[in-house]
Amino acid sequence: MAILEVKHVDFRYGSGPWILKDISFSVEEGERVAILGPSGYGKSSLAKVIAGYLQPQGGEVLWEGKPLPPSGFCPIQLIYQHPEKALNPRWKMKDSLEEAGVPSGEVLTEMGIQEKWYERWPNELSGGELQRFCVARVLKPETRLLICDEMTTMLDAINQAHIWNFVLSYAEKHNMTLLAITHNQYLADQVATRVLRIPELNHIQVDRSEL
Amino acid sequence: MEKEILLEVRHLSIGFESYNAKVEKVIFNAISDLSLTVHKGEIVAIVGSSGSGKSLLAHAVMNILPDNARTGGTMFYKGELLTPERMNRLRGHEIAFIPQSVAFLDPLMQVGEQVVGTLGEKARALQQKAFEHFGLKQSVAKLYPFQLSGGMARRVLLSTSYVAETEMIIADEPTPGLDLKIAIEALKDFRLLADQGKGVILITHDIDLALHVADKIAIFYDGRVVETADTQTFRGDGQGLKHPYSRALFHALPQNGFNLQRCPKCGATCATWNVDEKGMRCGCGNS
Amino acid sequence: MAEAKFQKVETGGMNRRRKVLLIIAAGVLALAVISIWGACMDPAKYAPNYEARRLMPSLSHLFGTDHQGRDMFFRTICGLSTSIQIGLLSAVISSLVALFLGSLSAVFGGRVDTAVGFMVDLCMGVPHLILLMLISIAMGGGAAGVITGVAVTHWPNLTRVIRAEVLQVRSAQYVQIARKLGMSKWHIAAKHIVPHVFPQYLVGLILLFPHAILHEAAITFLGYGLPLDTPAVGVILAESMKHLATGMWWLAFFPGIALLLVTQLFDIVGDYLKILIDPHSARQ
Repeated sequence: MAILEVKHVDFRYGSGPWILKDISFSVEEGERVAILGPSGYGKSSLAKVIAGYLQPQGGEVLWEGKPLPPSGFCPIQLIYQHPEKALNPRWKMKDSLEEAGVPSGEVLTEMGIQEKWYERWPNELSGGELQRFCVARVLKPETRLLICDEMTTMLDAINQAHIWNFVLSYAEKHNMTLLAITHNQYLADQVATRVLRIPELNHIQVDRSEL
Repeated sequence: MEKEILLEVRHLSIGFESYNAKVEKVIFNAISDLSLTVHKGEIVAIVGSSGSGKSLLAHAVMNILPDNARTGGTMFYKGELLTPERMNRLRGHEIAFIPQSVAFLDPLMQVGEQVVGTLGEKARALQQKAFEHFGLKQSVAKLYPFQLSGGMARRVLLSTSYVAETEMIIADEPTPGLDLKIAIEALKDFRLLADQGKGVILITHDIDLALHVADKIAIFYDGRVVETADTQTFRGDGQGLKHPYSRALFHALPQNGFNLQRCPKCGATCATWNVDEKGMRCGCGNS
Repeated sequence: MAEAKFQKVETGGMNRRRKVLLIIAAGVLALAVISIWGACMDPAKYAPNYEARRLMPSLSHLFGTDHQGRDMFFRTICGLSTSIQIGLLSAVISSLVALFLGSLSAVFGGRVDTAVGFMVDLCMGVPHLILLMLISIAMGGGAAGVITGVAVTHWPNLTRVIRAEVLQVRSAQYVQIARKLGMSKWHIAAKHIVPHVFPQYLVGLILLFPHAILHEAAITFLGYGLPLDTPAVGVILAESMKHLATGMWWLAFFPGIALLLVTQLFDIVGDYLKILIDPHSARQ
């Protein structure tokens, strides 16, 4: 049985134009799926709808056959493109990292998170270093599906490979399901067992002429 | 034949003054050593991760850094020292800046008028030619900046440098959020200008994009340019690259195997290693 | 990597940030001294002394004396102290109203937001001083009337500020992530929202003081505020008007200047505090 089912999802902000229209697909447990496509097709909105950050106007998202629990630690976690926005600028790194409990030693070592960064503020670390903290804090047994929305787009290739290689090996070892959202064909081919193309999923008209 | 050098940046450093918790003044070194040479007719890409400070190069050349910035190093334009006073004269005429946002256009002025600028009626024909050149309809001239899409705004800014007969263009992430295919299409405009003998600096975090449009690539890491290499050396197996960091970067690309070297002693990947002018090594003490 | 990036360039001496801190400390200290001194003052210091009437300012009477021989310097200090205390109380009440309504508006949104917005517009639509006088009279005048009047008319601006700040931090990515990490509403409110809003609230509160003090003095001056027997700056200024024609300029001049200085002091403290907590100025 599919662990995640996206059924005929429609979404728009307020009464604006439709961002997502009639999107349907499903993901099996332990699968690594990439959603690939250019900007303007609502990839990020789709990620937020699946993770429960946004409510769709039509259709439904089912997790293990049921809607997502409204509170508690969410089994679907989302990693954003910009780590600096995902961390409270007034908190030291250690506090952000351990907000939902201390990550395992394996995660911290393999991610290359150094203890001397714990007492630093987010604006004192690079994007690659910050993103390691953001990923480490959600790599827990309770996280069953990790959505990576352009997780490494703003990073250099070395940090990209570093973070992805670890996320892939962790997912393999702990049977965590992955949903990678990216515009990069090569990256999608590297990380996913199945690639879905957003222009074929999302039934909206996108005017590409003015980009 | 050796092409003429347009801009030369030697050992540029940029730091920002700020205060720590003990109210002591500290300097944050965003750029510690950046050297770059741009010839006529050349697109040089400077590639580094977002937020690493590479955009400050543009701000330094244009002399638009904030007041608390402290700079070091020297810059030469057409063989002469580029002082702040000289830069203020050249800015917008010989050297143009294409920023990330359209905020640099005057929101209350029709874009056609902005392109003509202070050059008067004789530039009107040039503006029309520039619009034609970059595939903008002539009716766009009557629009205001808020009516433009991101791509149109970029082409309007490029038209400005076309009309002002700019020699040198510095573009900071000119194609944010565009996927590779469309971004390469958009950057053809820059190629057109380069082929007319202008120099272009392209600041980007997207190495794939740089590989497709640039002649040379400067790898920026931790406040330094670790290596400037011809784009050709990034093809094949990457053995032409001199610095171990550039080679590691090359091999880490998804299309080149997504591989990272690991420290033989502690097993940490090279993403956590220290990088200096000569090489990179793991912090555990093993080379 | 990051560790070598911050270099200390000096350790001792003055820099801009230290000057700002010093100015704030000096301002707070001056205000505290005035209010405590005035509150603890023996009323005999400014009691009528008919042997020393209508004296020009001199070393023994810094601000001169009035037609009853009261020492204007001590009276002014005492009046300023009353003003600061009333300003403090009414500004605190006002800011608490703003904190409550602003948070309510941001958290519940919808109709609550519309209702609060309507109240803000209503309060700002009526001329300030007239509203103040009406409330003060309705409350029977006196200290209670002034405090209520000032307190219930000064919250609209701060309410808007707090509403915007709460809205902004609630929609911040790190707060949304905290929710998905299973953090409770209380955790989010206490650890994310309050620390974000509190500095803005504090600055808003301090910038309310000068308004509160000036408005208190204004309605007292007009006769709708504090009773005539209290040593208040508004009372002093109103009395001095009767004696200006006889050439006793010092009765109005020194207390007026002193009031101006105190309100300016609050303004300075608030403005510098704003510089201190503003992330955009953190690097200057």
